[in-house]
Amino acid sequence: MSNPQQLRYSKEHEWLSAADQDGVSTIGITEYAANALGDVVYVQLPDVGSTVAAGETCGELESTKSVSDLYAPVSGEVTEINEDVVNDPALVNSAPFEGGWLFKVKVTDEPDGLLSAEEYAAFSHN
Amino acid sequence: MTDAPPTPRRTALDAVHRALGATMTDFAGWDMPLRYGSERDEHTAVRTRAGLFDLSHMGEIALTGPQAADALDHALVGHLSALAVGRARYTMICDSEGGILDDLIVYRLAEQEYLVVANASNAQVVLDALTERASGFDAAVRDDRDAYALLAVQGPQSPGILKGLTDADLDGLKYYAGLPGTVAGVPALIARTGYTGEDGFELFVAPDDAERVWQALTEAGAPVGLVPCGLSCRDTLRLEAGMPLYGHELGTDTTPFDAGLGRVVKFAKPGDFVGRGALEAAAREAEARPPRALTGLVAEGRRVPRAGYAVLGPDGSEIGRVTSGAPSPTLGKPIAMAYVDAEHAAPGSPGVAVDIRGTREPYEVVALPFYRRER
Repeated sequence: MSNPQQLRYSKEHEWLSAADQDGVSTIGITEYAANALGDVVYVQLPDVGSTVAAGETCGELESTKSVSDLYAPVSGEVTEINEDVVNDPALVNSAPFEGGWLFKVKVTDEPDGLLSAEEYAAFSHN
Repeated sequence: MTDAPPTPRRTALDAVHRALGATMTDFAGWDMPLRYGSERDEHTAVRTRAGLFDLSHMGEIALTGPQAADALDHALVGHLSALAVGRARYTMICDSEGGILDDLIVYRLAEQEYLVVANASNAQVVLDALTERASGFDAAVRDDRDAYALLAVQGPQSPGILKGLTDADLDGLKYYAGLPGTVAGVPALIARTGYTGEDGFELFVAPDDAERVWQALTEAGAPVGLVPCGLSCRDTLRLEAGMPLYGHELGTDTTPFDAGLGRVVKFAKPGDFVGRGALEAAAREAEARPPRALTGLVAEGRRVPRAGYAVLGPDGSEIGRVTSGAPSPTLGKPIAMAYVDAEHAAPGSPGVAVDIRGTREPYEVVALPFYRRER
């Protein structure tokens, strides 16, 4: 699997796109994380308009075998959630970096230590 | 209890699983395939076509000798001396307090020869108990765990797949029967058993023959959509079929009557058996004061109940505990088995919910199983 070069990554296995002209970044989980979870059957995402804090839980992902917390890789206000993935959580497995994106945040603060694609690959050993 | 070995054991099919890219998991000290691709697709394949499993972690124990039947009648709760040669029985081994040490499938291979199949996690306990309990009988207990690899082909297409590979009369082989034969040219004990709720076969073969049989089944099954299947889908398949799993629905703190499986206890059989007194008391108690009943729950929402979660009644108090829960691929909703207070355990019982990490999620009480195949 390959981690897209233009994204940055958290050690909680989320990815983050570069901010657009409005300062909004798209967030999802990596293919590595999706494979580790197995078939995702339910996603709970933060409410649009709510504030998320970097490193804190903001939702959950359920797979056949387990439930995992979803962590916000940056702080900010949630501007949009992916309704398609709420209705069809399998998108997280089939297209984690594309149609399986989770939510968008207008970033107010980002922590040190977000990883490049190469650094994340080394971190996750893939 | 013995300590788990430092490195997990690998089955005779380990190289096959790795070549297929399986995600492996530690299960009772064995490195087993959890899934090869999507566990939901594997589940659906077994329900609609066929799936191929490596179950070599299961623990085989042989009992032989003139009093093998009497020894099993004494050691287990079932009436194994009444079992016909060539047939199999689901039964249990209990401790003297009536607690379940394991649930078992016992095959009678010959008049004086039985094969007991235990769960991997309990195989040593069962072996030790059988050895001790058979000591007063003219019967030998043999640890055959390393003598077999166990493959299962499960699903509606499985008879057609196996038919071309075996000399055995599959049409004459009933559900819960087993007979010796050949598969792909090698000797096998062919049993019409499984843990999926589908028609299917379990094949006990020599470990050295396992890969040959696996490849033959893979090739024969490819045209009808057979896929390799891991333990993850085995768990959702058995859950939909309402089949208990040791460590979840069954344990030493549970009697067969607590589990709603009192029918496996055969008080009418000859002679005494381990746990008889305690089980007679448990049967009377269950009659007088129905215990928590093993119950099916179907979610109205999409959040998945997990083992250990509290079941809540209409007034919010705890009325039971989830023992197994998973998203059901067949129903398209989360399902669970739970022990629930008798007064709330009837199908349709109102106001039942599961506490899912602090949120009260409504659940419908249903009769088990969740899924029953058409015959």
